[in-house]
Formats: sequence, C-alpha cells, structure tokens
Amino acid sequence: MKRTGAQIFVESLKAEGIDTIFCYPGGATLNITDALTDISQINQVVVRHEQAAVHAADGYARASGRVGVALVTSGPGATNTVTGIATAYMDSIPLVVFSCQVNTMLIGNDAFQEADIVGITRPCTKHSYLVRDVKDLARIIKEAFHIAASGRPGPVLVDIPKDVSSAVGDFKYPEKAVIRSYQPTYVGHTGQIKKAMRLIMHSKRPVLYTGGGVILSNASQELTRFAEALSIPVTNTLMGLGGIPGNHPLFLGMLGMHGTYAANMAITESDLIIAMGARFDDRATGKTDEFAPHARIIHIDIDPTSISKNIKVDIPIVGDTRNVLTQMLKIVEEEKEVYRQYHRSIADWTDKIGKWKKDYPLTYQRNDTLKPQHVIERVFELTKGKAIITTEVGQNQMWAAQFFKFLKPRTCLTSGGLGTMGYGFPAAIGAQVAFPKSLVVDIAGDGSIQMNIQELATAVQYNLPVKVIILNNGFLGMVRQWQELFYEKRYTWTRLHSPDFVKVAEAYGAVGLRIEKEADVDRVLKQAFKNGRPTFIDVHVSPEECVYPMVPAGASLKEMLLV
Amino acid sequence: MRHTISLLVENEFGVLSRIAGLFSGRGFNIESLCVAESLDPTVSTMTIVTTGNDAILEQILKQLNKLINVIKVVDFKEIDYVSREMVLVKVNAEEKTRPEILRMVEIFRGKIIDVSSRSYTIMITGDEDKLKAFISLIKPLGIKELVRTGPIAMARGERMMKIKEKTETKGGESNG
Repeated sequence: MKRTGAQIFVESLKAEGIDTIFCYPGGATLNITDALTDISQINQVVVRHEQAAVHAADGYARASGRVGVALVTSGPGATNTVTGIATAYMDSIPLVVFSCQVNTMLIGNDAFQEADIVGITRPCTKHSYLVRDVKDLARIIKEAFHIAASGRPGPVLVDIPKDVSSAVGDFKYPEKAVIRSYQPTYVGHTGQIKKAMRLIMHSKRPVLYTGGGVILSNASQELTRFAEALSIPVTNTLMGLGGIPGNHPLFLGMLGMHGTYAANMAITESDLIIAMGARFDDRATGKTDEFAPHARIIHIDIDPTSISKNIKVDIPIVGDTRNVLTQMLKIVEEEKEVYRQYHRSIADWTDKIGKWKKDYPLTYQRNDTLKPQHVIERVFELTKGKAIITTEVGQNQMWAAQFFKFLKPRTCLTSGGLGTMGYGFPAAIGAQVAFPKSLVVDIAGDGSIQMNIQELATAVQYNLPVKVIILNNGFLGMVRQWQELFYEKRYTWTRLHSPDFVKVAEAYGAVGLRIEKEADVDRVLKQAFKNGRPTFIDVHVSPEECVYPMVPAGASLKEMLLV
Repeated sequence: MRHTISLLVENEFGVLSRIAGLFSGRGFNIESLCVAESLDPTVSTMTIVTTGNDAILEQILKQLNKLINVIKVVDFKEIDYVSREMVLVKVNAEEKTRPEILRMVEIFRGKIIDVSSRSYTIMITGDEDKLKAFISLIKPLGIKELVRTGPIAMARGERMMKIKEKTETKGGESNG
C-alpha cells in the first residue's frame, strides 16, 4: 500500500503499540505533525522545551517499563534533546527519539535549522539512524524500537529528513527486527551460575549489591525471594532503589557517597559481593582500591562491558538479571537441604549488620528549623509509600533516596548517571501521563526546578496533577555543602535568588502552596495530594543543612562523615 | 602492549565514525586503522592496531562488540596470524645513488613504481620489522616523502572470520 513517509511513521508507531509521544513542532516536523492530526490512539503531549520532551518520555519509560517516544524538529529542536538523550543513555532507559531533518539535498549545506544530530548524539545513544530513503523508514523504526528495549536498554535516535516524510513508498511493517550484528545474551551460563552458588554457600559475609538492572529487567520479586531464601542482606545503588522494599528487614539502604553506615560497612567487611545489574559507579564504590577489600565478587549483568570495567570480578555472569535470578532460585529450590541451613552459618554477620543498622541509622539533627529530611519522611508517611517519586539532582535527590522508603520498583525516577538538574519535573509529567491516576511527586530544589520550570504550562494544559515539592534553601545546596566542607565556606556562585514559586505556579494556572514551619507540613501536603491539580509546594527549609553520611570524593567507603 | 584487532562491520556510512568515536571518547589509542570492503560487499573488514594493558584491551574488545554495526571482533592476541603492511617511499635518486637504491629494493623484494629525473618512488610490503629495516637503510639516501598503510592481518591456516553469531559473551571473560 502506498503511503507518504509521514503516514508510514504514524502507522509504524501504531503497529508498535505506541500510545504516547512527547513532542514539539517545527518546520521539519510539519509532514509528520499533519499526519498525526486526529490520530486519537496516540496521545500527543506538546511540551515547552525539547529537553523536557525527552525527560518526559524517559519518565514515562521508567515508570511504565515501555519505550518512551519523543519527536522534535531539526536543528535547535534536535540539539535541545541532547541532555535528555545523554541522561537516558547513562541510566539505560529505552527511548526512541525522532528528530526531523532538513531535506536530504540540503544536508551538509549548513541549511537553516540544520544540525548533524546523528553525529552530535553518537556517543550518547545506543544506536542512531539517518533515514535516507522512504523505503527504509518502517524497517528502521522497527529496528529502533527493538534496539532501544532489548539487551541493555538505551536511547535510539532516528533522524528523518523532511523530503523522506513527504516521499511516497510502500508500507509494510516488519514483523520482527533482524539485526545480524546484535544478539544480546539473556540467559546466564549454567556453569558460571553453579560456580557462583557454590561461592555463595562458602561465604560467611555475603552482600547483595543491586542496581538499575534489577528494575529494568523487572526482577525485584525474584531478588527479594532470593535474598529471603538465603537471608542475605541487600544494598541498592541509587538506580536500584525499589528493587527490594525499602522497609524490608534485609535491606541496608543505599550504599556509596551518601549511603547508610550499615551498607558501606557491610561492603567494606564483606567476603562476597553479589552484584546484580549494577556497574560499580564511582559514587557507589568510593575509592576503588579500597572497595570491598576482603570480598570476592560475582557480577551479573546483561552488558559485558560493565563487567570488570572498574572492579575486577571473580565470577562474571552475562545475562538478564531476572533470568539469572530465576536460574539461581531454581538451584536453591532443588538443593533445599543444602541451602536451608545457610542463614545459620552467616548469623554472626547478620547480627553484626543488625547492630550497625541500630547504632547508626539514617538521621538528622532536629531543632526549631524546618528540616528537608522531615519533609521527605512526611511525604512517605502521608502517601504510605504509594507514590511515584521523581527527583531533581543534588541534596533533594539524596534526601529523597535516603528518607523515602521506596517500596516498589519503578517508583524512584532519578537521573543517577548523568545527574541532570531539571530532570525531575518533566519526568514527573511523563510518569503522570503513563499513570494518570497515580500520585506523582517531584522532589526538587530551588535551583533544579528552574531548569525546566516552563513545563508548568504543559502540566496545566494537559491537566497533569503532578506535585512539585521545592526544598527551597536559597542555595545550590549540594555544591554549597562541598564548599562548606572542602572550600572553607566560600559560597561563590551558590547563593540563589529565586522567584516567588507560589506566584509562578499561579501565573501558569497551577496551584501554589507554601510551607514555612514544621507544623504546617502535614496539612499543606495533604491538601496538595488531594487537590487533583498540578501543584508547586514551596517549602522553606533550613538553608545550610548537609546530606549525611558522606564519603568525601576519592575516599574509601568506610571513611564516612556522620551527622 | 600492542594488539592487532580485526573487525567485520556493516558496510554502511557512519560506521567508521562510530568506531573512531569509541576510541577517542573512551581514551583508547589507535596506532593504525585499515578498512575496506570485504568479499561480501555488505561487510567491511577493519584492522586496528592499538596499545593498552590487558584490562584496557578487554574493554576495547567488549566496547567494539557492543556497537550495533559491528558483526564480529577478533583479537589476534592468542591466534597465530600473518600481518602485512605496505609503504610508499619517495627517495632522492641521484646518478650515483641509483644502483644502491635498486639493490636495496631488490633485497627487500620491493618495486619501483614511479621514476622521475630526481626521484624514485618505491613500494615495499612486509611486516613491521622489514619495513622498519628498509626505512632505516634508505634514510641516509634522502627520503622525500613516506606513506604507510598500517597493517592488515589474517589468521593462519583454516581459521576464518565468519559471520555467524555476534558473541557478546565472547572470550570466556564474561560467561566462563
């Protein structure tokens, strides 16, 4: 059947089952924009800045597990997506970003609104395509979705020139993508898994260290069952939060620079680290030479490049974490007699960890000021943990990670790898589009929120009732914290003037609320959570609060600064 | 440590820049890189000579394998292989040095492929040591210009670069 490239695009999205795109129009998108007129199967959310389109698609993907889709115009529209794409790339989030391009004849001519976006994004995409002929369009779209979602997921960029979207071609959507050079390994090597299980059996101080891979492969139930079966304590990376319920007795909290005492000490004294879907990032390991000095390491990851990249691994297992966990659980099941007693053989270890947890819990000094940590604790209590939380980057992100006990996977949406300020609000919009009835809360700071504050218009236009809690301390708090601790309190550049966030929200047609003292926290939060409208809550918190524990940059995990 | 790596890649535009970008973005070193179409016109063969310790080499191989357009990666570290390079040298050819040049070209089994009143252009193929030796011997006679291709490599015997599977878990490092 003959169709234009733009129609092929729309039909391909439908065939792929795409229900939502986040987009922004321009000259080069017009053919496609027009072809999407009255296409009600595809919810089209027009943002106010292309960076936000990608973050929204990313939030949609993280919350739902489906591939997020963004569509933007050529030139500046495309370059504005770079931060969003790099954010998704670092956190392995499946996205397909469609950028439109000038006519093929003009490519390379420095044409109006031309940018070599395939070239610009090459280092931060899993793969990218420039569609040069309409006959390739459907195949490329099929491949793009396949690559984005399979293996270690990631963003794929498809650049569509305007004459390709207007050209006429045959349309047949391929049933499957066949890429001879791309066949991810899903099933773990049985021999390696058996070796790993033997090593576990002989360990006395094991720790499960799990990351975003557990969330991405939907393995949290298997992880929890595995940990419970052997009574092995679990620590999560920032990306792994929600992989095991945050209130689970075996959960140690997050590890790393702002990890808990128990998690960092457990890693340091462990004799066996079982890493799953985590990549030994510098924020998690601290000084690598002194990371887990007594431990052997089992590493399960779908991406071979993650294995032995930063830390030498003893038993590598390439595969999907969920598959591998299932294989490991099967062994535990089959050899019940062997494993039933295991928890007894590590009782000294679990006791020791229990003592660390009891003696050094996450805490903060209460006084008559309004503490940001208290606000997060109240958000957790009032929502009973039933909320999708997004964060910006900085102190707000770390307090959210520490004090909101993520009970379920896909409820902690945060830019872990790239650390992108301005991520949380558009990501919350994307998550709210995916789950219109859920409570979606962005934990923000007064600095970060101003990096994508224009998306208030999007939230109001589509009536997306996201709640943005601005922990307003008048500083770029995390940088200020480093200045306080390591630069003798010279707060150069970090004092921040901000607008009246309540009035800003109101000017956009959203609700603006303010909290200035602890006594108002519950009342105002409750009001915000049930008003059904996009809401900014400007919380004036204690200005010079620091995030603790803290492992100074370059130090080993056991060298924590405590409250 | 020097390593020779051979790749089969999709013969598509942009593939070379992905590979070059991988090396520069991750701070890996490229000593030489040769690429051309293979017997199958949809596939190009690439030979890369790189330096690095074992950990770096492991990352290079894994990262190359991870690129979607890369079909196969072979490290010649533990494989018996042959490798050849070609060099073109333009040397001063004066009346009295010409016999000496001709003799050397003969000894090294090279060819003179261009002649002018003042110069010879010599083509020599061989492994790195041979080219080095030739260059050092001819240098005193006055090299005007020199161009090298960088080596290409192939496994000895029956072993071949076949497109079968892309083994992301290749090398035993990952899956035992």
